[in-house]
Parts: sequence; C-alpha cells; structure tokens
Amino acid sequence: MEVVKPALRIEGLNFRYKGAANLCIADLNLEINRGARFGLLGPNGAGKTTLMNLLCGLLSPDGGKIRLMDFDADNPKVRHRKCFGYVPQDFAFYAELSPVENLNFFGAWYGLPSEKIKKRSAELLKILGLTDVRNKPVKTFSGGMKRRINLAIGVIHKPQILFLDEPTVGVDVQTRNAIISYLKELNNAGATLIYTSHQLKEAEELCETIALIDEGKIIVSGSLKNLILQNSDLESLFLKLTGKEFRD
Amino acid sequence: MFKLLATIKKDLLILLRDKVGITFLFIMPVLLVLIITSLQNSAFDIVNKNKVPILVSNNDNGTAGLQFVEALEKIGMFDIRSIPDIDRNTDLVAAMHKEEALLAISIPAGFSERTQQRALATAAKAFEVLDLEPNSLSRSPVADTVLLFYHPVLQENYRINIQNGIQSALKMVESKQVLQIVYQSLNESDSIAAIDEEIFRSDITVLEQPVSRDGNKTIPNATQHNIPAWTIFAMFFIVISLGSSLVKEKLSGSHLRLKTLPTNYLLAMLSKLIVYTAVCLAQVVVIFSLGVWFFPEIGLPALDLPSDLTALFLVSFITAMCAVTYAICIGVFANTQEQANGFGAVSIVILAAIGGILVPGFAMPDSFQVIMAISPLHWSLEAFYVLFLEGGNLRDLWQNLLPLLAITVFLQVLAYIGLKKKNLI
Repeated sequence: MEVVKPALRIEGLNFRYKGAANLCIADLNLEINRGARFGLLGPNGAGKTTLMNLLCGLLSPDGGKIRLMDFDADNPKVRHRKCFGYVPQDFAFYAELSPVENLNFFGAWYGLPSEKIKKRSAELLKILGLTDVRNKPVKTFSGGMKRRINLAIGVIHKPQILFLDEPTVGVDVQTRNAIISYLKELNNAGATLIYTSHQLKEAEELCETIALIDEGKIIVSGSLKNLILQNSDLESLFLKLTGKEFRD
Repeated sequence: MFKLLATIKKDLLILLRDKVGITFLFIMPVLLVLIITSLQNSAFDIVNKNKVPILVSNNDNGTAGLQFVEALEKIGMFDIRSIPDIDRNTDLVAAMHKEEALLAISIPAGFSERTQQRALATAAKAFEVLDLEPNSLSRSPVADTVLLFYHPVLQENYRINIQNGIQSALKMVESKQVLQIVYQSLNESDSIAAIDEEIFRSDITVLEQPVSRDGNKTIPNATQHNIPAWTIFAMFFIVISLGSSLVKEKLSGSHLRLKTLPTNYLLAMLSKLIVYTAVCLAQVVVIFSLGVWFFPEIGLPALDLPSDLTALFLVSFITAMCAVTYAICIGVFANTQEQANGFGAVSIVILAAIGGILVPGFAMPDSFQVIMAISPLHWSLEAFYVLFLEGGNLRDLWQNLLPLLAITVFLQVLAYIGLKKKNLI
C-alpha cells in the first residue's frame, strides 16, 4: 500500500497573544495528507484564523512544530514560502491596480519569470471570468470580482498547499460556484486545500476531511463522510460539539 | 532585479493614479516657492528700491524745519508728502489713515530755535577747544523731539531702517547750523553758500561685494535665497504622502499577503526609496526650472544655476534620499495615517525652523547653533547655499554633505530596527 506523505504536520503547537491570559492555540496536533481537501471549522474566536496565520508564517508559535511539505516552518526558506499560497479573508491586493498589474506584481514576488506570469495570468483571468476587465482598476469591481482576483493572486504560482480563509464570504451563488469549481480543479491537479469557513454547506460540498476547532483545541477530526454518518448533517454535529451559546 | 523592477512599477502606477497626491507633491511646493519668493522680493524692493511714502507736518516757522524736510528728500529714501495746515497730532493720524500712508512725521513748533540753540552750544565747545570764545554764544543745549507715527504692521527691522534715515537727516540739519554759526563768527558768511553743497555731498560710495568662492560678484537676490530653501522644505514634505501611504499599506490586506511571499519586505522599502527619491528629484527639476524660466516672466529675479551641475545633482540626490528615508521612518513607526500626517508635518516645520529655512542660521541664538546640527534640512541648506550663493563646487561641499549622509544612514538604521521590532521583515 502506498504511504501518503503529509502536506502539513503540526505537533504540540502553542500560541498566546501578547498580554492574553490564556493560550489561543493549546497543544494542537494535526496531520493533513497531500492532495487533501481539508476544512478547518469552528465558531467565532475558536482560533481558526490564528492557526491559519501560524501556518502561513504571519505569527510565530510559542512552542511546537509546523512542517509544510518537506520544510520546517520555523526556519522559513524561500522554497518553503513558494510551496504554499494564501487567500486571506480580507482583500489582499492593490485596489488602484488592474487584475493584470496585480498579478504581475505578486507573480514577481512569488519569484515567477515574466513570461510565466503572463501566461498564467491570462489562464487564471479566463477561468475566473475576469478577462474583459483585466485592465480596469480593481477598486471599480463588485465584491464577487474582488473575491475572484483575491483567489487568482493566491494561486498564480500553482502552490502545492493552498490556505483559504473564508474565500467565498459575501459573494453571490454564481461566484461561489465558480470559486468552488476552480478549487476542486486545483485539487484534482494535486494541490492540498486547507479551508476555513462558517459556510457549513459549502464545507460539505468542498471538503473530504475536516477538523472542528474550539478554544484553540481540535475537538474532532476525520473523514467528513464518517462524521456526518454519525449525525444528521455537519451543522448538527457542529452545534452538538460547540454548543448553542454566542461565542463572540 | 525583476522583483525590484516589478515593485518599482507597482509603486509608480499607484503614485501616478493618485491625482490628488501628485498635485500635492508638485503644485503645493511650486506655489510655496512662488509666494514666498514674491513676498520676500517685494519686501526687499520696498526697503531698498522703492521710496517710502511719509506724511510730513512741518509746524516750525524757521529754517531748520525746512532744512530737515529738504534733508529727508536728499537722503532719497522717502517720498515726502507735505501736509501744511495740520498742527495737531490727532489730525496727522487721521490724515495718515486717509492717505493710507504707513508713516508720518511731525516737526514741532519752535524746532528751528531749539536746533539753533544746540548748534550754538556745539559751536561754543569748538571755539573753546580752539581758545576762541566769542561771548555771544550760548552754552546750554536744548533737547527736542520729532514725533514719528507708524502703522503697527511695520516690523521692527523696517522701522529701524527708517529711524536711521531720519537721524541722518537731523544730523545734516544740525551740522549745517553749526557750520553756519562758525562761519558767521569768523566773519566768513559769504563762503557758506559756496561750500554748502560740497560739505554734504559724499564722494565715497559703499560698494557691496559678495564674497563668493568662484569670484562671482553678482549680488544674490530673493530667488537665489528662497528657491533652494523652499525646495528642501518641499522635498521633506514628502513625508505626508509617503509616510501615510506606508501606514495605509501596512494596515491593508496586501501587506498581510506580502509577508507570506518568498520575498523580503525590505525590497518593498527599497522600491519606495527609489521611486520617491525620483519624485523628489523631479520636484527639484520643476522648481528650479520655474526659477530659471518662469520667474523672469512674472517680474521676479531669475534663478542662477551653479556652474557645477554635478555638485548640484549630488546635493539634490542626497537631500532627496534623506527626505525619503525620514518619511519611511515615520511610516514604519506610525500606527495610523493620522499619526504619520500629524507628526510628519509638525516635525518637518520644526526641523525647518531649527535648520535655518524659516530664520537664517546666523540670526539664531547661540543655543540653537548646536541644535541646528541635528536638522538634516540645515546641512542640505548649507550645501545648496555653497553652490547657489558662494559659487562653490564639489570640493567645498563635503563638510555639509557628510553630516547629511550620516543623518540619512542613521535614519535608515532606525527604520530597519523599526521594521524588525514591528515584525514587518
């Protein structure tokens, strides 16, 4: 039997925000296989975005180990940063620039040569339906178009791991459908997807494996199919494990 | 290199698409230079070229009053407007308002008698020294007062100039009276008229000559002083644009993404340094071109560029680097755009004040001579003045450029520490 190497391995991860009394991430262990479509779910304040920021190197852990593909994340090298893409919840582009100009800039910062950026930009803009507006400033775009360009920038370098922090928040059905379809396409091409969202239906549609996180700890993880079998649906499981009280 | 070029392109595009920002970067400094130079040039003309209008009310019935008015005219500094029928000071003040004159002088009644008495006393002393003591001469001088009314808008240095002119006219009158008495006492009355003109005519001319390093004898004008000074001020004011744009980027999602990319954020800083240094140099080109070609068209003195253009470029370049580094420093340490704009603007005005842009360095108190050294604007101004006013060249600049470079390096190190401390690199 072929042994699938992990795309991400977290061992005993701890993190506390400066001045906070409690650990935000407490002794967290997780392993995600290469090529997985993984959903990191949890209520507000559970630690999803903090964990995502730790995985992307935006925060430094207080303890524990993170290994992305074949690289230790606490000793970031250029190759380590090249292996993943990040699609943050906030729009992370220059609104004054056009999609092409944004892709040119971020492509260069990913270390891609000019020709490759040109080719890949044209490809992405076509897939995400932005070809007609490729030279218009992004600030004139609708929310859905901005979400698509936000995604395009994160995948211009064809990453092996893609971190997605609520990639479809605030978009219409058509845009969500286009984004989810493209993410599945990327996954079929070999990319590992690590996705967080409050859209549980969307998570059910996209993810094969999930982990439920609350108060900085993973309370359940495994195959989505198996977890749903034991409960009526993902939402019931979610409420059963995290409770019905407001969390923020 | 490709990453750097892409970053420079990105920064340039963002800058060029910000029309208001561009306007602020170029139009405001141009207006500043234009207005300050025009104002200083007209102030210079009022004091040195134009005659100062002055209302004169002569209440004296004798010759000294007339001689005094005549002397005021001879000095060439005043445009005399006599008002013959006024004998009360309140009327004179009212006339001053009516005529919109800034100055008025009232010669009191009996001015001639009292001047005569002082002349007699002076002549008596002269005779005493020469052992000639005509009994008819009085020995007790009588003090007198000539009232000078001025509008409160007149500044002190301007009033001192006017006072000096009036004192000279009074001395001329008194000296003339003393000479008349002496000649009369020596029974030489006929000679007075013959030598009168000779005595008060001076054949000595004061020739102003600037001590320049290249032997150039052109007297510097308001343009030559103001354009370099206010160009430096404008360059450092880039802190408003760059400082706040850095904070904006720091707080934006794009910065979050940049931190996850396989490129050091220092590259973004380097790109900003290059782009905004180019903007500062463009400001220099625009403002200097204005001085050379546009100023003469609107009646202002033209800017004379220094002969050593390499030195001029070097001073402009290092000043631009320093200004941009200062703005980056502010942008790195400020947490909000309001902080960057507020602190940036006020600090530049303070650095300009202690650096000699607002008040000349030589006019500052001793304690400020030391503080001045911490202002990069001071070293830059001194370097520009070596070129524009003293006719110096590259070799004469090092004592000003080295401190400017040292401040630039210090600010760069500070910005680096700030980036590290704030976990931005």
